[in-house]
Amino acid sequence: MIDKKILEEHNLTEEEYQRIVELIGREPNLTELGIFSLMWSEHCSYKSSKIHLKKLPTTGPHVIQGPGENAGVVDLGDDLAAVFKIESHNHPSFIEPYQGAATGVGGILRDIFTMGARPIALLDSLRFGPLDQAGNRVIMEGVVSGISGYGNSIGVPTVGGEVYFHPCYSLNPLVNVFCLGLTHRDKIFYARAGQPGNPVLYVGAKTGRDGIHGATMASAEFDENLEKKRPNVQVGDPFKEKLLLEACLEAMEKGLIIGIQDMGAAGLTCSTTEMAAKSGTGIEINLDLVPQREEGMTPYEIMLSESQERMLLVTTEEQVHQVQAIFAKWDLDAVVIGRVIEGGHLKVWFKGELVVDVPVEAVVNLCPVYQRPWQEPKERRTQILTGLPSLPADLNQVFRQVLASPTIADKEWVFRQYDHMVQINTVFLPGADAAVLRIKGTPRAIAITLDGNSSYCYFNPREGGKIAVAEACRNLACVGARPLGVTNCLNFGNPEKPEIMWEFKEVVEGMAEACRSFDLPITGGNVSFYNETEGKPIYPTPVVGVVGLINDLQKAIHPGFKNQGDLIYLLGPLSEDLGASLYLREILGEEKGPTPTLDLETEKKIQEFCLEAIDKGLLHSAHDVSEGGMAVSLAESCFHSHQLLGVKIFLPPDHRPDIFLFNEGQSRLIVSLSPEKEAAFLRLGEAKQVPLIRLGEVAGHEIKIIQEDKTLIHLPVKEAYQLWKTALSDFFKIKT
Amino acid sequence: MKFGVVIFPGSNCDYDTYWVLKEVFNQETVFLWHKDHSLQGIDCVVLPGGFSYGDYLRSGAIARFSPLMQEVREFAARGGLVLGICNGFQVLLELGLLPGAMLRNKNLKFLCQFVHLKISNARTPFTNQGREGQVLRIPIAHYDGNFYAPPETMEEIKKNNQIVLQYSTPAGNVTPEANVNGSLENIAGLINKQGNVLGMMPHPERASEAVLGSEDGQIIFQSIISWLS
Repeated sequence: MIDKKILEEHNLTEEEYQRIVELIGREPNLTELGIFSLMWSEHCSYKSSKIHLKKLPTTGPHVIQGPGENAGVVDLGDDLAAVFKIESHNHPSFIEPYQGAATGVGGILRDIFTMGARPIALLDSLRFGPLDQAGNRVIMEGVVSGISGYGNSIGVPTVGGEVYFHPCYSLNPLVNVFCLGLTHRDKIFYARAGQPGNPVLYVGAKTGRDGIHGATMASAEFDENLEKKRPNVQVGDPFKEKLLLEACLEAMEKGLIIGIQDMGAAGLTCSTTEMAAKSGTGIEINLDLVPQREEGMTPYEIMLSESQERMLLVTTEEQVHQVQAIFAKWDLDAVVIGRVIEGGHLKVWFKGELVVDVPVEAVVNLCPVYQRPWQEPKERRTQILTGLPSLPADLNQVFRQVLASPTIADKEWVFRQYDHMVQINTVFLPGADAAVLRIKGTPRAIAITLDGNSSYCYFNPREGGKIAVAEACRNLACVGARPLGVTNCLNFGNPEKPEIMWEFKEVVEGMAEACRSFDLPITGGNVSFYNETEGKPIYPTPVVGVVGLINDLQKAIHPGFKNQGDLIYLLGPLSEDLGASLYLREILGEEKGPTPTLDLETEKKIQEFCLEAIDKGLLHSAHDVSEGGMAVSLAESCFHSHQLLGVKIFLPPDHRPDIFLFNEGQSRLIVSLSPEKEAAFLRLGEAKQVPLIRLGEVAGHEIKIIQEDKTLIHLPVKEAYQLWKTALSDFFKIKT
Repeated sequence: MKFGVVIFPGSNCDYDTYWVLKEVFNQETVFLWHKDHSLQGIDCVVLPGGFSYGDYLRSGAIARFSPLMQEVREFAARGGLVLGICNGFQVLLELGLLPGAMLRNKNLKFLCQFVHLKISNARTPFTNQGREGQVLRIPIAHYDGNFYAPPETMEEIKKNNQIVLQYSTPAGNVTPEANVNGSLENIAGLINKQGNVLGMMPHPERASEAVLGSEDGQIIFQSIISWLS
């Protein structure tokens, strides 16, 4: 009865089907096939990425839980732990931007509170196509509203993130959502079924037909039949999730839960089989008992539904009533739908009939793992800058253009739609190098940043992977935080294409190298393949989320300049690396490499110096040099100062000014300090062997950049600020 | 003196308000569950911010039917102090304890940002520690904060000096540019005629500790404490 067409609809190959038949010793029925198709989808099984992900370091002194659970956990000291993870919701957000993004937030929140942690921060990494195209504006507006609609309602602040624009995202926007929760070390919960006989409870929203095949959809490319996929996107209900969050945390607090797993991608199928597989048991459920929103649902539909705001939890016979009382208090269903059983099978009953009987081990752990062929696209190497474009005549104008580039421009239009202050921990408002959240009742703070530059990865995926990790750590160093752990979201095209697989392999190896060098573990994450529409893949886009700790919040510093007369230094090497820069691409109109190179030893020295200088109280501000180069970094430090302070900068004579100002060479920061601290600052620089170049000082209320006797850039800060502040919001102005 | 913070399903500033009252001001503070019928002998009840019942109908429209609201209504009638912050303000409007209604923000977007507020009436239990004309820097975070009332109601409001806080410039000028959400008369905080029920859209609990960037919100809590002492 299972024919080629059915297999195709389930995204399974003939070989995969044969393996299923072997594993269960017979032909599966349609529901069983559906179960395998979900759990063996790329999204759930990591079948193409597994062999490469193994290269990433996953252990370290602060790691409490590495990959393999709903989220990673690191130690914050004093019995506290941070639970965090990043996930993609790219495909649904393209099909239905509002709900796609909203349910992305809902899903990652469940991953965090499933582990017993109260979510305290959300961040998003968003990528869209150019905003002069109406379609991209519609997607962006929908995605931002969706994140805002869900996060604000449930009361978890969206404290930071990043937004990039590039034509490669026009038909393939990226929505990567990060969440961090706080818990006590001894209050962490896992997806376990425990002993046979334990009752299995279904809690939360009712099951409907929404989201059937969501995970399979996220494991295929899109074509012109996009509209038909709209019903695959689930609809979020943040209010329901808020109740679920409070009820789950209350039941956990009272010690009533043995194991718990959220029903995200692959719903009931994933939660039942994974919990059983982790405990080496089976699980038996009766679908007639599953709360349903629609009539006449088939076992196939109930098992594959991805309705949101649902959880599966296991408790003991004695505690069932207590659990149910808590959920009733929060007006939620909590229904015993089955039991943990011996024998390692998932058994599903429907109207008195056994409709599924499959070994959970086969479903969860025996999906084929692919060593997919890879091949470097040779033409990529030739896409490098040969010969410099001529120096633009008016650098003042160039500077204005760079500040108004949507990727550089202020993201206030986005951030003020997010409640970024609820829970009253937000110390730095969005826009700083890293989000900083105090830990109530302690002198410490958590710092979080998301980072990733896909242009760097396109021209050199290995270097790009390294840079993503290094730059995220640098962002943390700028506020005075030491990194504890990393989560990554790897967004790529179709892995069945050798050049995509090559990009993936290279990025992962680059990240692994950087992580090892920083002695920094990856505690989990997510791979999103098939980011292609009509055969056009996105640039390789790894997004790295790094969590760090500030021991003394009093010492943390902000990117904004503080005082007139403070000295401005470039911390780090000079660079002439113009390749893959925003300036080259957007202003000079040449999209070419090579990617800037990163020396990990230099990088570590710079970061160590920055952290020590902050700890010794030598710095007033520190800001990373990244997209748009030093000029943008200087301007942003002006914009983040309280009184829109200006700068007077002197360029060394023997450098081409545009390259000096706009190149994106790595391992560099702009710092400011009071003149009295200069001697101590220079002594520390010498001891740490880091290059320190004095650029000028904080002065007046103008941005003035001078080379020899020529003033190259001269702009009142207020004017520059206006350009930067309004460039993005202007695209969304309601025209009357 | 004892404070009570109401928890509706969907409240999300309940813990923040509790934290500030308890940890910053050292006041005895209890949570009040919306399904209960007892105010536990409190002297001031706070309806916190959030999205009660998801705000799926009209903001605050379902929360007004919570069992505890009967007690809150009676408490207010007896002259007890009631402070509604953000969603709490919206609930007070739906309860009819304050006049008027909230429309969607004029730019049709959720707005989370620091704003400047002029104290327009400092002779209330909630603002007596400030002075008239004083400017406070406190954040807002709402979708529906665009205050509206029909002309005759507005007349009453003005006649009774019920406007307590107004969106202003940093210098304290009440201008259309400073009117972030489009409220009539730049209204950010409104008191009832009897002077014991205040609704305000800005979040004083988010501006009561230096580490969060402003302590101006303390004035609201200090005023209540001093009034009750």
